[in-house]
Amino acid sequence: MNPLLMADLTVFTLALLVGFEVISKVPATLHTPLMSGANAIHGVVLIGVMLLAATTSTMAGYVLLAVAAFFGAANVAGGYAVTDRMLAMFRSRS
Amino acid sequence: MSGFDTGVHLIYLACATLFVVGLHLMNAPATARRGNQISAAGMIVAIATTAVVLIDDGRSGVMAVTALTVGAVAGAAAGMIAARRVQMTAMPQLVSLFNAVGGGAAALIALGDRATGAQAAVTGALDVVIGGITFSGSLIASGKLAGQIPGRPVIVPAGRILSALLAVAAGGLAVLAGPERSPVALAAVAACALVIGVLLTLPIGGADMPVVISLLNACTGTAVAMAGFVLDSTPLIIAGALVGSAGAILTKLMADAMNRSILAIVAGGYGTGDAAVVPVAAGASGVREITADDAAIQLAYATKVVIVPGYGLAAAQAQHEAVALAQALTDHGVDVSYGIHPVAGRMPGHMNVLLAEANAPYEQLKDLDEINPAFAGTDVVLVVGANDVTNPAARRPGNPVSGMPIVDVDKARSVIVIKRSLGHGYAGIDNELYTDPKTAMLFADAKAGLAALQAAVHVYAAG
Repeated sequence: MNPLLMADLTVFTLALLVGFEVISKVPATLHTPLMSGANAIHGVVLIGVMLLAATTSTMAGYVLLAVAAFFGAANVAGGYAVTDRMLAMFRSRS
Repeated sequence: MSGFDTGVHLIYLACATLFVVGLHLMNAPATARRGNQISAAGMIVAIATTAVVLIDDGRSGVMAVTALTVGAVAGAAAGMIAARRVQMTAMPQLVSLFNAVGGGAAALIALGDRATGAQAAVTGALDVVIGGITFSGSLIASGKLAGQIPGRPVIVPAGRILSALLAVAAGGLAVLAGPERSPVALAAVAACALVIGVLLTLPIGGADMPVVISLLNACTGTAVAMAGFVLDSTPLIIAGALVGSAGAILTKLMADAMNRSILAIVAGGYGTGDAAVVPVAAGASGVREITADDAAIQLAYATKVVIVPGYGLAAAQAQHEAVALAQALTDHGVDVSYGIHPVAGRMPGHMNVLLAEANAPYEQLKDLDEINPAFAGTDVVLVVGANDVTNPAARRPGNPVSGMPIVDVDKARSVIVIKRSLGHGYAGIDNELYTDPKTAMLFADAKAGLAALQAAVHVYAAG
């Protein structure tokens, strides 16, 4: 196993544990915004799509790139916007 | 590592930290919005940094940059429009849709990237399989939640055998793709995964959706982390792992709250989604009926009232009527709160969002651990559209709801249940609460019943 994969696996495992620790404390009241917010975070996939551009040079590749960019951008922009809209509705007793 | 690379790496690390801090701030309603904004700020910096990396790299052709930009701008616009327009009751299907496109993008990365070698071959194949299943599975789940696909379990003949065969085929094709990662073989793997996603989600009943969308969310997180392994990109690995654990925790919580194992839910074929209306038998044994006027007087006389909303309230979209009644009672000096079971609604925590939209202050929204000890000091509990989650039979072994966490409404001094009929809930058994001497039934549709109660409370309070 190469050192690069070892490092990636370490990061992956620790991030999983951090996720469990942080998210276990979220109350049931906020579970929908939590899921929607987590959904927005996996919109980070857009970064991966952007990195593909460096090695794409075929017509099929361009189409795939455009579709993937559409998906990733819809995920990240819509995810954060809708989570913000929901959380804005959680008001305290005025 | 050059200075530039080091800088980029440190910025990505800072962004990952912002994601974690953002999620951490989501643990209280007062800070949650700021948490989401911090997470979004981290995302914007990460995307901008990647744009700089692409420019510095200089290998991207004009066509690639154009395809990327056009796709991203159109996607962002579509996402923003959907986010602005969505009704809160339609939130589960939109979250499911965003989940689908995230998984789809992750699978496309593994299909489009030309990295070779053992690591890319294994993680790339996993990415294509998990991302593909999530993409089609989430689309089906979204369709079921939106009512475009029947919510009842749709049984495909030999569906499970077909899924198993396709899984074996996908594994074989992934091996065939080899360390060279043949695009044709990988595309065939993707096709198998897409069909598996459809076959797995179709037989799952509508009421199991809170678990299913949590599980699909966990899958997308994992697929994104796998894409991170393929590209050797730390932000993708970290963010994917965070989402993976969020989805896994919610899946476990929802399955526990429904008293079902995750495996049994995924196996599917259980439940019908919506309960049928059973006509009320004349003088059904031991059931006491109450009129809206009498119920309103009982509520207005109370010191402490707890409203227990369930799936039926969400389905009838009666959250505004519930909050209006609570407001009328609060104005009359009654202490009102909401006792919310984890699976009330169509996705984890959905009921809270619906009530927040209707302007219920979040201090009044109580989860099971908070509300159950409070029932001993509660005068009247108003149950609206909740059935199995209030059934005291859950405390005894030997029935379908045994062991399920319930709202202890029967511990209060009196209970009023608004329900269309004595029909069964999801578990298909009688609710012992309805024949409890301290329970009174108000037979009405959730929306109409709550509106009648509110009108009666107003008249009573004015007089």
